[in-house]
Amino acid sequence: MELPKAATENSVWRSIFRHGFFATNRNRVLLVMDNVFLHLHSTKVRRRNLEITSTYFLGAIALILFAVLVGTGLLLMLYYHPSVPQAYFDMKELQFVVGNGVFLRNLHRWAAHAMVLIVFLHLLRVFFHRAFRPPREFNWVVGVVLLLLTLLLSYTGYLLPWDQLAFWGVSVGTNMVRAMPVLGAKVRFLLLGGNIVGENALLRFYVLHCVLLPLALIVGVAVHLWRVRKDGGVAGSAGRKRAKLEKETRP
Amino acid sequence: MSEKKSERDQATTRRHFCQATGIAACTVAAGGAAALSVDFLKPRALFEPPTKFDAGPADAIGVGDVITNEMFRAYVVRRQDGFHSMSSVCTHLGCITRYLPSDGIIACPCHGSRYNLDGEVLAGPAPRPLHWLEMDLSPKGDIEVDTSLEVPFGTVFKL
Repeated sequence: MELPKAATENSVWRSIFRHGFFATNRNRVLLVMDNVFLHLHSTKVRRRNLEITSTYFLGAIALILFAVLVGTGLLLMLYYHPSVPQAYFDMKELQFVVGNGVFLRNLHRWAAHAMVLIVFLHLLRVFFHRAFRPPREFNWVVGVVLLLLTLLLSYTGYLLPWDQLAFWGVSVGTNMVRAMPVLGAKVRFLLLGGNIVGENALLRFYVLHCVLLPLALIVGVAVHLWRVRKDGGVAGSAGRKRAKLEKETRP
Repeated sequence: MSEKKSERDQATTRRHFCQATGIAACTVAAGGAAALSVDFLKPRALFEPPTKFDAGPADAIGVGDVITNEMFRAYVVRRQDGFHSMSSVCTHLGCITRYLPSDGIIACPCHGSRYNLDGEVLAGPAPRPLHWLEMDLSPKGDIEVDTSLEVPFGTVFKL
């Protein structure tokens, strides 16, 4: 007990953490409230809300997958040039030459697929638990925007290997944009930086995929988590609560 | 007292004037920044393959002639009342069709679609007629076809 005490009860520890080390209730609360990374969380949660059937931890899994994607994505960026035809060769180099390249690339790919699936399941969970009702209706909207950002991230990443699948996937997708009334052709031109899926399009999708969309997602997730706390924590299952109530009041 | 106050509220004070001026200036600046950004996002020079080709002088094409341009994947047809140009990409699955002078038809080698010289489907799985393309005269006076622009079926180019 002497060493932790000596390590934590001095001005350096205090200047960084602003609260004591020992697990008093006050310190537990301050740990969350005084921490820039944790303050989005509520300081206290209901035990019921930590049960797996309340959330299935889908939001947390999605966040962890996003962290995996940022980590692996940053490493992939070190070997990738967004230019034609170098992008394809870099992808092949990651697969066959770079140490652990194929592992990191596949991790990025599978985490991306999993994130789309998990975010989708997360929205289904919220929907079937009726957790979108007031006061959480705004956070539902934020969640839908986050789903769209996830899909856009997935889609913009699709072009980057610059193989046939990527080229035709984006050709078809941007032709769908062109079908939009009035603005369609103009939006497609801005999106591709030209009339064909070429070098400009690859660079624009790269910037969207690596900078713009991840930043937007991070801001969105911050608002989303903060709103979970402000709206009174996760809603859990209203149905389960009702079933419990019925069981208790049954004669 | 209350009358005096409302009168004072309605009058344009120096504070209101400065606020309005500030908001107006910020709005103009934001609008300018948005316009500038959109303009920046539009490339002025594009390094894309050309979509227009020169089909030669109009006089050199006789009535009933069909010129095939393999590189631009298009036909130019001289008809009684003028010219028309069609994409040679089959509307079924995108194979390149071929003009058969002996039969006077256009045929697709992949799945046997057949078109007449107007591009109408005669046989086979093709769901739509061949796409008609925009035509114009080049500065030299030659027939020019733009493969990136489609025109409605039956739009005959007359000199």
